[in-house]
Amino acid sequence: MTAAVFFGCAFIAFGPAFSLFIFTIAKDPLRVIILIAGAFFWLVSLLLSSLVWFIATKATNAQDLTLQKDLLIFGCVFSVILQEVFRFAYYRLLRKANEGLAAISEEDGPPLSVREMAYVAGLGFGIMSGAFSMINTLSDSLGPGTVGMFGDSQYYFITSALMTLALTLLHTFWGVVFFEGCERRRWWVIAVVLCLHLMVFSLSLLNPLYVGSILPVYAIMLLMAVWAFFSSGGSLHNITLLWMCRKSNTETSS
Amino acid sequence: MLVICILRRAFFLSCVSASISGDTGVIHVLESEADLEWPLSKGPNPPYMVLLESSLFTKSIMMKMKNASSRVAGVVVVPKTSPREFSPHTTCPNENTGVYTETYDSNLAHCNQTVWNPRGNGLSYEEFDFPVFSLKEDNETEVIKQCYFDHNRVVNGSGPQYPLCAMQLFSHMFAVTDTATCMRRSNIDFSSSPVMVCDPLGGYNVWAFIRPYNSTAFGHKENESVVIAAARLDSRAFFLQDSTGAEGSVSGFVTLLAAAQALRQATQEAPPTRNILFAFFHGEVFDYIGSSRMVYNMKNNKFVIDLDNVHSILEIGQVGVRSGSNLFLHSDPVSRRNNTVDDEVTNLVNNLHSSTAGLNFSFVESGFSQPLPPSSFQRFLRARAIPGIVLADHQTAFNNRYYESFYDNAAHLNLTYPSNLSPEEQLEFVTDTAKSLTEVATAVARALFKQAGGNDSQVNNINADPKTVTQMLYGFLVRSNNSWFQAVMAPELKDVLQPNPPQYYVGVAKSSHQANALTYLVQYLLANLTGTATNLTQSQCKKPDELPNESTYVYSYLWVQGMVPPNSTQRESFCVRTAVRRVMAVSPAFDLGDYVSKEYSTWTESQRKFIKARIFLVASRDLEMMTLGVGVAVLFTSLLVTYFVSTKADVLFSAVREPANAAY
Repeated sequence: MTAAVFFGCAFIAFGPAFSLFIFTIAKDPLRVIILIAGAFFWLVSLLLSSLVWFIATKATNAQDLTLQKDLLIFGCVFSVILQEVFRFAYYRLLRKANEGLAAISEEDGPPLSVREMAYVAGLGFGIMSGAFSMINTLSDSLGPGTVGMFGDSQYYFITSALMTLALTLLHTFWGVVFFEGCERRRWWVIAVVLCLHLMVFSLSLLNPLYVGSILPVYAIMLLMAVWAFFSSGGSLHNITLLWMCRKSNTETSS
Repeated sequence: MLVICILRRAFFLSCVSASISGDTGVIHVLESEADLEWPLSKGPNPPYMVLLESSLFTKSIMMKMKNASSRVAGVVVVPKTSPREFSPHTTCPNENTGVYTETYDSNLAHCNQTVWNPRGNGLSYEEFDFPVFSLKEDNETEVIKQCYFDHNRVVNGSGPQYPLCAMQLFSHMFAVTDTATCMRRSNIDFSSSPVMVCDPLGGYNVWAFIRPYNSTAFGHKENESVVIAAARLDSRAFFLQDSTGAEGSVSGFVTLLAAAQALRQATQEAPPTRNILFAFFHGEVFDYIGSSRMVYNMKNNKFVIDLDNVHSILEIGQVGVRSGSNLFLHSDPVSRRNNTVDDEVTNLVNNLHSSTAGLNFSFVESGFSQPLPPSSFQRFLRARAIPGIVLADHQTAFNNRYYESFYDNAAHLNLTYPSNLSPEEQLEFVTDTAKSLTEVATAVARALFKQAGGNDSQVNNINADPKTVTQMLYGFLVRSNNSWFQAVMAPELKDVLQPNPPQYYVGVAKSSHQANALTYLVQYLLANLTGTATNLTQSQCKKPDELPNESTYVYSYLWVQGMVPPNSTQRESFCVRTAVRRVMAVSPAFDLGDYVSKEYSTWTESQRKFIKARIFLVASRDLEMMTLGVGVAVLFTSLLVTYFVSTKADVLFSAVREPANAAY
């Protein structure tokens, strides 16, 4: 659509991930490594699930459009399940690595807590997922035209960017919650995360009815944000502490 | 299909140079001249890409758009019905490079006496700031119109809603300003492969002597007197690749080809005293490129004869659209003031008169002192006062209502075939147009024979063949890929034959085979019609000098495909010995390096990147800016929030005490 739309959508989709990266990840090389490895794990899960889908489409009739759509849905469901499996596998890997890292580190105890690893791993998943969703669309948005020649909505670019933003943050929150659940051996958490992921996927099938897909997804994102906050050690008490701290700071300084 | 940027000495004309990233405009399909108000003043979403049908492609509409070119991003023309008359050429074609200059005779210069093309509106020579494309009427044009009707229609006077259907045209031309600047820029590069920005226009002349000379012996030939029979090959249209030239050039050169065939037998049995040169000039539309090249070569001893050897000239102009049963003989009044020249011209006129005995038309002199119409003969007159006649179907102004336009096609010559014929049957069908041109060819051949001093008793045996004429008209105006053209062409050139007519625009000198289809066809046809079939094998045909009686200095040897006999599938190819030569003809101005010459043609054509067009929807500027605004807001908010949370992280997230024996 032009450079304005390109930059606007890029900022919407990757702005939060970018700011999270700058302020929390970039300083610590170990976090960067875990981020990249997490992205890689997500990528492998996507590769395997797309292989399954690709074989399924090639083995069937390409002209039958309803069958192809059903195969796509099947492929996506399989991909969601595989992503969660790979998240669990990454958890196992990180736990094993943590013990080794603790042994060779100079400080007492492991250099990274499981919570920090959870957050970084989730962000890695989210960034890679966002990149794959959005990069092709961004490159098309640079041209002079917009979507709509065949009846599609002209808001396609901005809604894609908003969905990508939500999905990136959702992956981060799911990472935190998932790892915490595994730590505490609360297996129902894993099931809930999987169900929420599937729900978000099925909401996206409602596009181009953007009201029906974006609003519920953002609602789920807010819920997950609250859950992740509490599961990573936050509490209402801490928030009131923070508020009072600021109040007292402003009182003393004024 | 497109207008290409062509430059001349002083300025550049009909240039469609778009910006390097293409021109985008909201599509508007023009329904009438009054509808022009919308793109030019009332429409709220300029610039517009105006799509119009050929009936609306008039000078007044184009000039209105030219004056409002900030609101017009481009024009797309869809050819449909022919208007009653339309000539985008100038009213006085080639007015500065003919013989009628101020010094020759100021009363006759600049068409002061006779305006040859009164319908000319000069559109081909206007400079536009936006690209002008033509699109054939087919599925793609329908898609464009459908997109316009779906998205861009004006409802109740209010503007249409975004997103709007838009079109982008890419046609970046490299050339700038004029020929001199362009050639200078091309010459600046000193590397071994210079970057050419523009190329001189030029093509190939095709000529043949009845009695050929040694082609390496240039200059004056003692005691040789030659009658030149000339015709023009090329024509143009506003969209150069769409040039058809049925009446403008095809009628003339087909007649000359038929006359050459008619003369073949008589000149072999009883050779006349003078030689006859059949000359077909290319590039005549663009200031006489072909004929000026031949005259220049003659003057500078680079041709097998020189101007002293030329006895007289007979040129066949536009002869296809007669308004009665007369053809007119035009001569130059200024050179006829000399008595010797006048006597010779009168002699030629008499020969022509007597040649129409027994035919259904007659030759008439124009009647009063009138200059010559635009013709290659004028370039010869510029060099020497040679007696000559130009044949034409018009007494004063052209009968051609579509001079140098896309509509000068087979239909204009009334070339109609019964509807149930297959292409091969159409090839053989003798049309009325063919019959009338055959008679003209017969008269021309007889007159040439007499003019060359041939024996009078042989004259009535000289007859042009109507079958040849109708086959040539079919091949040059309907489809060039027919069985006869295939038979006369060389095997390696058979891909120049297409299911449509060849292209008549002269193009640049070094273009592909495809672009030179016309001159190849004329060369091989003339070879077939005037040459001799020999028994040489294919390898001998390539190297005939090894044989005792053959010589490539005098003849050229062409291996042609031949017909397919009825009972087999193999073509009977053979070697033709012919006096026909096909020689490159570029304006002498480029040899001399004089890019601002007023004497010779200085036309060049711009080199260009790819030319393409695409349509898509465009969104409103407001939506784009809103997207950018939201993006920037999201970025800043997330930066602020993240900074804040990360600095207060120790307060917000209380540390968890790891159990001492943490094990999974």
